[in-house]
Amino acid sequence: MKAVSPVSVRPLRVLLAKLGMDTHTVGITVVAHALREAGMEVIFTGLKQTPEAVASAAIQEDVDVVGISSLSAGHTRSLPRLARLLREQGSGEKLLVAGGVIPQEDLPLLHEAGFARIFTMGTDTREIVAYLREWWAQRLAAEAHKQ
Amino acid sequence: MTDVAAEVLAGKVAAGARAIRWLDDRDPRGRAVLREIFAATGRAHIVGVTGPPGAGKSTLVDLLVTEERRRGRRVGVLAVDPTSPYTGGAILGDRVRMGRHALDAGVFIRSMGTRGESGGLSRATYDACLVLDAMGYEVVIVETVGVGQEEIDIVALAHTTVIVAVPGLGDEVQAMKAGLMEAGEILVINKADREGYEQTRRHLELLLHLRGSNRPAGAWEPRLLAAVATRGEGGAELIAALDAHRAYLDASGEFARQAGRRSEQQFLALARAATLSALLEGAGAPLLQQVRARSIDPYSAAELLTAPLRAQARRS
Repeated sequence: MKAVSPVSVRPLRVLLAKLGMDTHTVGITVVAHALREAGMEVIFTGLKQTPEAVASAAIQEDVDVVGISSLSAGHTRSLPRLARLLREQGSGEKLLVAGGVIPQEDLPLLHEAGFARIFTMGTDTREIVAYLREWWAQRLAAEAHKQ
Repeated sequence: MTDVAAEVLAGKVAAGARAIRWLDDRDPRGRAVLREIFAATGRAHIVGVTGPPGAGKSTLVDLLVTEERRRGRRVGVLAVDPTSPYTGGAILGDRVRMGRHALDAGVFIRSMGTRGESGGLSRATYDACLVLDAMGYEVVIVETVGVGQEEIDIVALAHTTVIVAVPGLGDEVQAMKAGLMEAGEILVINKADREGYEQTRRHLELLLHLRGSNRPAGAWEPRLLAAVATRGEGGAELIAALDAHRAYLDASGEFARQAGRRSEQQFLALARAATLSALLEGAGAPLLQQVRARSIDPYSAAELLTAPLRAQARRS
């Protein structure tokens, strides 16, 4: 069977979304292009998404990473809600990250909710790419170990 | 049977999504799932939607999904966009126009990159259609960019191909008439409220008329429709045409024949790859070296490589 199967290729799949009424798209667009340049598949879901819609899209797309851009208030409720919805639907293994205008005092709450990393304003996209690559390498190594 | 295959057959979304991921990644587990679900496939109506960038394909697909849902059908959508040949990355944004179906349990939307394949489809697109078919989606819509003859793959994959054109893209229409316009069971002029609609319509009518001159009696007659997808106009007519074509395929026996042809193509492609890699892993390896060194001509090398197979075939 091995002879028939072509070499496995596994690009990282990342869903990028915005929650709530915020319509600032510059940041998320820059990040999308940086990830694409880094060889990742970036799935856009558009603006004004609900946590329910993002969770559903993340599962249908079977992404490895869900990245939320937040440039308005409301993230202290919508982000934990998204994390809970994914866990409840059996998709708690996805990496959750966020970025944008998020005050320092909110970080503990978001980490607690399941967001592994929050990229605050001014983060270099190279830092985001490096973080995701490192996480992906560890995930692949852990899976190889399990098999 | 594996858990994932059983869950795919039960219509579980996460399992279907995972199976498609495996197939896309060429993970051997994907093929194992396909083997187990194969008997449950061959039911879905696979509809290709293609046309040049900016023709409004995603918006038209969104409208199509709405109309199919109104008729109570479950719909799967595969939105294929190009992967960068330089980085292997892709930005897949077709979901943006389909946001209103995000929470509808009767709709499954998946974005796929072409991942190095030419022809507007990825290697796993047809396999993904089979997964959605086995999950019970009655209609599977495959959306892909197409501007010329290269993108004809969608025609081979879909039961019904919808070609989307727009007014005012004179050059694109010129490019398309050489390739895609020769195919397609349904042509839709989207953005029909735009200037140049009448001209585009006359042009396409002429093309269809020319195509029709060689049509055998009883064959499907391509339809030309108009739509303004952003306003929801033209959706009902499009569904009516799709249903008419599906009825034609069933009545003519073409639906089953197409399924057989697709199976045959897959079988041949798989067998070809398996045979070649088996041969090259064994006696073929030194032969390949000789070919690279140009110490044997490729024609004789191919004969030599396959001689044992031909001898075996004669004996059996």
